[in-house]
Amino acid sequence: MPESTLATFSVRRLEIIDPEGNADEALLPDLSGDELRRLYYLLLLTRTFDGRALALQREGRIGTYPSVLGQEAAQVGSAFALAGGEWIFPSFREMGLFFTLGYPIHQLFQYWGGDERGLRAPDGLNIFPVCVSVGTHLPHAAGTALAARIRGERTAVVAYFGDGATSKGDFHEAFNLAGVFRLPVVFICQNNQWAISVPLSAQTASRTLAQKALAYGFDGIQVDGNDLLAVHRATREALEKARSGGGPTFIECLTYRMSDHTTADDASRYRTPEEVAAWRERDPLLRFERFLAKRGLWNEDYAAEMKGKAQGEIDEAVRRFEAIPPPAPGEMYDFVSAELSARQRQQREI
Amino acid sequence: MPQLNMVQAINLALREEMARDDRVVVLGEDVGRDGGVFRVTEGLFEEFGAARVIDTPLSESAIVGAAVGMAAYGLRPVAEIQFMGFIYAAMDQLFAHAARIRSRSRGRFTAPLVVRTPYGAGIKAPELHEESTEAFFCHMPGIKVVVPSGPYSAKGLLLAAIRDPDPVLFLEPTRLYRMVKEEVPEGEYTLPLGKARIVRAGGAVTVVAWGSMLQRTLKAVEGYDAEVIDPQTLSPFDWETLLASVKKTGRLVVVHEAPRTCGLGAEIAATAAEEAILHLRGPVLRVAGPDVPVPLARLVDHYLPSPERIRGALDEVLRY
Ligand SMILES: Cc1ncc(C[n+]2csc(CCOP(=O)(O)OP(=O)(O)O)c2C)c(N)n1
Ligand SMILES: [Mg+2]
Repeated sequence: MPESTLATFSVRRLEIIDPEGNADEALLPDLSGDELRRLYYLLLLTRTFDGRALALQREGRIGTYPSVLGQEAAQVGSAFALAGGEWIFPSFREMGLFFTLGYPIHQLFQYWGGDERGLRAPDGLNIFPVCVSVGTHLPHAAGTALAARIRGERTAVVAYFGDGATSKGDFHEAFNLAGVFRLPVVFICQNNQWAISVPLSAQTASRTLAQKALAYGFDGIQVDGNDLLAVHRATREALEKARSGGGPTFIECLTYRMSDHTTADDASRYRTPEEVAAWRERDPLLRFERFLAKRGLWNEDYAAEMKGKAQGEIDEAVRRFEAIPPPAPGEMYDFVSAELSARQRQQREI
Repeated sequence: MPQLNMVQAINLALREEMARDDRVVVLGEDVGRDGGVFRVTEGLFEEFGAARVIDTPLSESAIVGAAVGMAAYGLRPVAEIQFMGFIYAAMDQLFAHAARIRSRSRGRFTAPLVVRTPYGAGIKAPELHEESTEAFFCHMPGIKVVVPSGPYSAKGLLLAAIRDPDPVLFLEPTRLYRMVKEEVPEGEYTLPLGKARIVRAGGAVTVVAWGSMLQRTLKAVEGYDAEVIDPQTLSPFDWETLLASVKKTGRLVVVHEAPRTCGLGAEIAATAAEEAILHLRGPVLRVAGPDVPVPLARLVDHYLPSPERIRGALDEVLRY
């Protein structure tokens, strides 16, 4: 018997807006001018929050903070595709996701300020708390999708994670489960090309991350993660597919972490300023501005007005955050269990 | 003799041991080019190269599992888990393999490896960066658990851990990394595993504390006739030293930051009860973290045993 080929594969890549802001009209998602401007505002809000969080950290008013600079489009663009009601499993570097879903901004300051009360999602918003243990939340997404199927509900579940998470066993296990059961999960990886000091090339020998999905029996696509509309379109399609029984999708958003890993990191120890500068050119916010300008939806005055509005909203959130009375010591017992043990109650009294 | 902090002392131990023994390799997340997130492995990559200082993918199970394979093959891997809260995915490798490859293979294969990890609360870091789950590991036969409480002991204990024929979990109290400097000799010295240190002699009460709680305990006992014991190795525990002290003082207080219930204090109290109860004048008291997950920065100071609580326990046992 001669040797034969059992499988060959190709990996799709999607980009809609080029760095100059020109769009491929055939691929443009169906979004109104108002929606496009709303998206722009969400990018600004995320970036404004990020800058403020970094400043507050330097002043000792919040703790260690992971900047999202450069990744705003991947977060806002995907989150804007959500219909509402989906269950969402974030990692820890997704402020843009939270804002797009309407999560109270002051609560994110509160959480990064070392107060876990900030993690309580508003009722009706099914977003799991920030997951610090990299990749360990991915099986939850598969399980929630399975539960929705058992209940006969047509919904989709979305999980966010980084390139580093794809090296974890839980990534494999969740992907396998989702593939085997054809679960309605959209896996969104923000491949920012770094996991602290480890570059993508040392994280995987795979040419793309997207292709990993193929081995689990479902589609993977790479999108330009700094192209808000490409991310949006891919997410929308994946959600529709999930809801209509087509199974999981893996979206690799190729982007770049423009800041240090966190405020505790110094990226100049392991990467060159040239590399960072090259990505600054591909800033997702600039690209979206250029796109909007070409459609007559943006000019300097409008930008200034929106930046002012975003500043105001963030200022207000900082005020609310700082007005929150500190947690009482006894609050560390709250929510440990539905009911405290006699010993825990006794410990709380002292 | 140079004055070093604990980060520098551990770095020195690794550097000297890698130079002395080419079987020693370091692996983990960000341990190479970045020098580790706490800079504990700083300079090793430059000195010993990428073949011996290995930046791994983000895979705790693979880090420890690979260390088992490397150790069986004859290397002396020193694996780093970036924070103790991320060791859980590697528990399977530690418990099902590292701890029992010797017994499962009836002595044919062994796992002389070290897993180093920053441990303990009080550094105002995010969730899972401040865990102290040492008792889980002490419960598992086949693994040694070591906690240095200062730069000098960190170097000597780490050298002993690397040379030990069995797997050692080496817990580095994060809060102490840069808190104290001590004279740390260059060159060879080891401190035996399984041997406690009497840090301060006293006659009225024995106090056991390790890691960052030792520093706090030493402050708290000022003015008391307290004998303070730093176990240094939590498993196997130096019962001989502890029991001799308890028989002398007749009183015992254990301080640990891990949650009280099923913490190592329980084992210590039980052993004192079994083997020295007739010498005890009062109850054995534990000053421990409460039975809650370690809270974030805003509340962590209320979580950790305070000097006042330690003194409260001393006052109470001294009433007997
Ligand atoms: C299981 C686990 N191991 C290690 C860490 C420490 N750590 C925090 S973030 C990070 C890198 C994550 O990289 P990636 O998944 O690409 O996400 P990014 O930080 O780039 O957003 C590491 C190693 C962790 N949080 N969880
Ligand atoms: Mg990354």
